[in-house]
Amino acid sequence: MIEVKELRKAFGPIVAVDSISFAVGKGDVLGFLGPNGAGKSTTMKLLSCFMPPDSGTANISGHDIRKEPVAVRQSLGYVAENAPAYDEMTTESFLKFVCDARGLKARTRKEALGRVAEMCAIGGVMHQPIGTLSKGYRRRVGLAQALVHDPDVLLLDEPTDGLDPNQKHDVRKLITEMAARKCIIISTHILEEVEAICNRIIIIDRGEILVDSTPKQLREREHGSLEEIFRKLTTQHLQLDLKGGAA
Amino acid sequence: MNGFKSVFKRELKSYFSTPLAYVFLVIFLVLSTFLTFKAGFFDSRHASMQLFFSNLPELFIFLVPAIAMRLWAEERKSNSIELLFSLPITTIQAVLGKFVAAWAMLILALALTFPMVWTVAYLGNPDWGPIWTGYAASILLAGAYLAISSFFSALTRNQVIAFVLAVVFCMVFLYASSPTALDFLTGRMPVGVMEAIESLSFQSRFESMQRGVLEVRDLAFFLLLGGGWLWANVVILEERRGQ
Repeated sequence: MIEVKELRKAFGPIVAVDSISFAVGKGDVLGFLGPNGAGKSTTMKLLSCFMPPDSGTANISGHDIRKEPVAVRQSLGYVAENAPAYDEMTTESFLKFVCDARGLKARTRKEALGRVAEMCAIGGVMHQPIGTLSKGYRRRVGLAQALVHDPDVLLLDEPTDGLDPNQKHDVRKLITEMAARKCIIISTHILEEVEAICNRIIIIDRGEILVDSTPKQLREREHGSLEEIFRKLTTQHLQLDLKGGAA
Repeated sequence: MNGFKSVFKRELKSYFSTPLAYVFLVIFLVLSTFLTFKAGFFDSRHASMQLFFSNLPELFIFLVPAIAMRLWAEERKSNSIELLFSLPITTIQAVLGKFVAAWAMLILALALTFPMVWTVAYLGNPDWGPIWTGYAASILLAGAYLAISSFFSALTRNQVIAFVLAVVFCMVFLYASSPTALDFLTGRMPVGVMEAIESLSFQSRFESMQRGVLEVRDLAFFLLLGGGWLWANVVILEERRGQ
């Protein structure tokens, strides 16, 4: 469903994503893991067609991100970092706007709104301006807008960052419930999240993929908890860089 | 088409879901009427709207950038631009959707000056030609200012900078043919360049339309100029998104 080939993006001298390749299929929940500034969000922005890559490409649900960005956006649901939305709009008018933009009309739109309101438990805040919502509700509204058209592919950029434990639990439960029918990429730096919901794991640092495995295989191979492995891999990478620089 | 329509609807609604539309409409109506009467509407003893229209180019210099400064700067600051472009909407649809919604607001503001037309019709027997061409000229001028302002809003995430730059550029286009500007340029520039600058001016075209002369070349000028700035708006948004 998602096939990434040699995707690269640089901002001036900084290479944010360095020719990465991977594939994700239906039923996969991929944890895209890395320290801050590793290139996770840039990858998500490239896959969601918010910005074009410098080279390489990706194919999402049969559409190329370079050649058919609008078709790609039509086929996926994306929640950007901090779930941006229009603060002055009520939840309902915001979701209606998203439905309009996605071409959902009349009855389909009504059904979609009912479905996502129930799934994301936002029925109680439908008439409230988004700017007045708590962080938890805001995230759920962000998730709801990504689900109105019931996409096969979901890209979630740090979906539980800043939420309290109950809210985290709810969002993870929702993702787990949808997992079998969809292809989901979750960008995060929270390791427990990967343990809880992901069946695939990619660790990225400085734009390069360090690991592409399953959480179980990785633990068995490296003999330790995910946190230890994560620290070992990302700091090793740093040390190699420092040595290279000194040489 | 969904992209254009949805952005247009959302924008237009957002003007009225905040005090922005009401504040803008009231200020525009009060100022445009006040300036007309201050310029001696009754003393002129003419049943015409000329005094009303003649204030608009300068009034719009501040009011149009004020309404347009948020168009893109706000989207970028709140990062809702990332949400907007995760929807199946092209940049052209988004730029046009926002532009047409803001233009509709300005056209509504002009439409609400109808009591002025009533007053003129009640007090005398006006020549209707210049009134309609005056409104057409005002709508085109507002559109041209708006296209300039929308471009500067896309250039920065700071609304104040967007506002100031838009005001300055609208002024340049308005006053390009003013005697002060032409005196300054005389001798400093070749005659050809001076004529080119003079021909870019809004003022002379606006004045001739307002007198009832509707020429295809004036219409084409406003449409091409507005289109050019909107195209630049699309380009800058696509360039900036990758940064």
